[in-house]
Amino acid sequence: MLYRTAGQFKTSYTADQALFPIRQDAYLLGIILIFAWVVFPLTASEFTFQTLLIPILIYSLAAMGLNILTGYAGQLSLGTAAFMGVGAYACYKMVTIMPWMNPVVAILLSGVFSAGVGVAFGIPSLRIKGFYLAIATLAAQFFLVWLFEKWAWLYNYNASGAIQVPNLKMFGVYIAGPQADSMIQYFVVLGIVTLLTLLCINLTRGNLGRTWKATRDMDIAAELIGINLMKSKLTAFMVSSYVVGVAGALFVFMWRGAAEPNLFDIPLSFRILFIAIIGGLGSIMGNYLGAILIVGLPVVLNTLPQTLGIPISSAMVEHLNIMIIGSLIIFFLIIEPHGLARLWALIREKLIIWPFPY
Amino acid sequence: MLNDIFVAPFVDMFAAPDFLMQVLWEGLVSGILYALIALGFVLIYRSSRIFNFAQGIMVVFAALTLVGLHAMGVPAWICILLTLGVMFVLAVVVERVVLRPLVGQPDIILFMATIGITLFLIGLGEIIFGGENKVMITAELGIPTGSVLLEPFGGLLILEQKDITAVIVAALLVVGLLIFLNKTRMGRAIRALGDDHQAALSVGISLQTIWVLVWFIAGIIALVTGIAWGARAGVSFALEVIAYKALPVLMLGGLESITGAIVGGLMIGMLEKLFEIYWGQPLLGGNTETWFAFVLALIVLLFRPQGLFGERIIERV
Repeated sequence: MLYRTAGQFKTSYTADQALFPIRQDAYLLGIILIFAWVVFPLTASEFTFQTLLIPILIYSLAAMGLNILTGYAGQLSLGTAAFMGVGAYACYKMVTIMPWMNPVVAILLSGVFSAGVGVAFGIPSLRIKGFYLAIATLAAQFFLVWLFEKWAWLYNYNASGAIQVPNLKMFGVYIAGPQADSMIQYFVVLGIVTLLTLLCINLTRGNLGRTWKATRDMDIAAELIGINLMKSKLTAFMVSSYVVGVAGALFVFMWRGAAEPNLFDIPLSFRILFIAIIGGLGSIMGNYLGAILIVGLPVVLNTLPQTLGIPISSAMVEHLNIMIIGSLIIFFLIIEPHGLARLWALIREKLIIWPFPY
Repeated sequence: MLNDIFVAPFVDMFAAPDFLMQVLWEGLVSGILYALIALGFVLIYRSSRIFNFAQGIMVVFAALTLVGLHAMGVPAWICILLTLGVMFVLAVVVERVVLRPLVGQPDIILFMATIGITLFLIGLGEIIFGGENKVMITAELGIPTGSVLLEPFGGLLILEQKDITAVIVAALLVVGLLIFLNKTRMGRAIRALGDDHQAALSVGISLQTIWVLVWFIAGIIALVTGIAWGARAGVSFALEVIAYKALPVLMLGGLESITGAIVGGLMIGMLEKLFEIYWGQPLLGGNTETWFAFVLALIVLLFRPQGLFGERIIERV
C-alpha cells in the first residue's frame, strides 16, 4: 500500500530512464538524506560521530570504489587498501608542500594520483583473469605498502615513519587535524560521499557502466559486439582507484588523524571486500548496508557485554568479535549470496504488491 | 648504478660461493614450505574450484593444537594423532556447515566464505590457545636439532638438521601424495572430480566424501608445514602470513598443477632470497621479500596467463 507503484505512468523514454522512476524511491532517499544531513548531526554525540557515522561513510565510499571494479566490471581486486594508501599519502604530500591549498580540493585531487597508480596496476588485467588477477593485485598491495615504509620522502623524513595530519582550515574553520570538530568533519565527509555517490550512480547507469557490465558478464562476447576491452577495463580501474583514493584520503584526514604504512595492510583490503560482497556486488546501495553491518557490528559487540553486565576481558571480547564476524560472513553468504542489496530488493518487491499476494 | 645492478651482485656471488650456497639452501628450505602450502591450495582448487584462503590459518591451527595438546601433558606421538583427528573434524565441519549450502555459487562467494573460516579460526585459536608465541616441540617429536657443517670451496656451509628433516619429510609427503592420487581409487576419484564435476558425479563419485577427504589431506599437509615452519620460527599467528607467500607460487605454477606448486615454490623461495641478499638489501633498503614473489609471478603471468604449468585457459562464447 505504501509502496504502490500502480498509476505512475511514463510517457517518454526520458521519464522512464530517470534516476528515480518510482516516486516512493525518491521519497525514501529524501528521508534518508534528511536524516543524514539534519537529524544525525543534531542528535549524535562525539562518540557516535567517531565510531559510527564517519567511518561508515568512509568505508562505504571505499567499498563503492571496489564495487565499481569488482561488481560492475568484474575484475576481482585484493589491493584496495594500498590504493587508499596512495590517496592518503598523496593528500599528505599536497597539503604539506602547498599549505595554502583548500583541503577539500586536496582530498579530491589525491584521488587522481591513486587513479594513475590504479591504471598502472590494472594493465595486467588485459591478459590475466579471475583469481590470477586477484593475486596479481596483491602485488600492488604488498609493493605499495613496502614503498610507503621505505620511501622516506613520502612521510617527510619523519622519525616515526608515520604521517600526522596537520591542522587545516577552510573558510576560517578547522576541518582536519587535532583541533577539528567532529561535526564539521562529518559534514565534509558527507558532502564528498554524496557527491561521489551521485557520480558513481550516473556512471554505472550510463554508457560506460553498460560497457563495464558487458565486460563483467563475458569479456569475449563484449569484445565481439565492439566494446574496446582495454578501454573498458582500464577506465574501471581508473574510476575505482579514484574513488578508493579519495576514500583513503578521507580515512586518514577526517577520521584517523595519523597513519602508519601497516594501516593500509591486507586486513583493510579484506574488510572493504567484505563490505562490498555482503552489501551486494553490482549495487551502489549495498555498500552502505554492508558498511553499516561491518562497522556497526563490532561497536555493538563491544558495548553489549558491558550493558548486559557480563564480565569478560576486553581481549576475550576482541577474539569473540573476530569469531562472530567470521561466522556472520559465512551466514550471510549462505542465506543471500547476492548480498543485503538483494534482500532489500526482495523486500521492496513484496512491499509493492502488499497486501495482495499477486 | 648499472654496475650495482648488473655487475656487482654477480661478482659478490662468485667471490663467496659458500655464502651463495648458504643463501640458496635457506631459500630452498623456505621454498619447500611455500610449496607445501601451495599444494594444499592446489588439491582443494582442483577438486572443488574453491580458492581456499584458509590454508594458512589451518597451518597455524594445526601447529597450535599440537603444541597445546603437548602442554597438557599428552605424549608427542599421541598429540600428532589427536591433531590429525582435530583436522578431520574440521574438514567435516567445513564441508557440512560452509561448503554444502554454498555448492554452485560463484567462485568469489566461496572464496569469501573461506576468508570467513579464516577469521573464525583466528578467533577460536586465540581463545583456546592464547595469542603468544610458542615453541614447537621439536625434540619431543624426535626431530634432530643439531647442524651439519660442510666445507665446499674452502668456505663454510651450515645446514640445520631440522631443515634437512623438513626437506626429507616434505619430499616423502609429496611422493606419497602423488602415489595416492595416481594409484588408489580415492585418488583417482579426486582427479576425476577435478577434471569434470558432472561426469564424476554421474559415475557415482560422492562429492561430499571427496570434499571431506580433500580438506582432510589439506589438513595433514598443514600439520606437516606447521611442524616444519614452527621448528624454524616458533608457533604464532604471524605464521599466517606465509599463506600469502603461497599465492604467487600458485600464480607462477598454475592453480591446478601439483608439479607447478612444487617447482614454483622452490623457484620463488630461492629467487626471493637471492634478490633480497644481493639486490634488495644493498640497493632498496631491504625487506623486499614481502613483494618480490608477487612481482616475479606477475611478470611471468604477462607471458603465460595460466602460469607455468597451469591448464591452458580455453574460452568459448
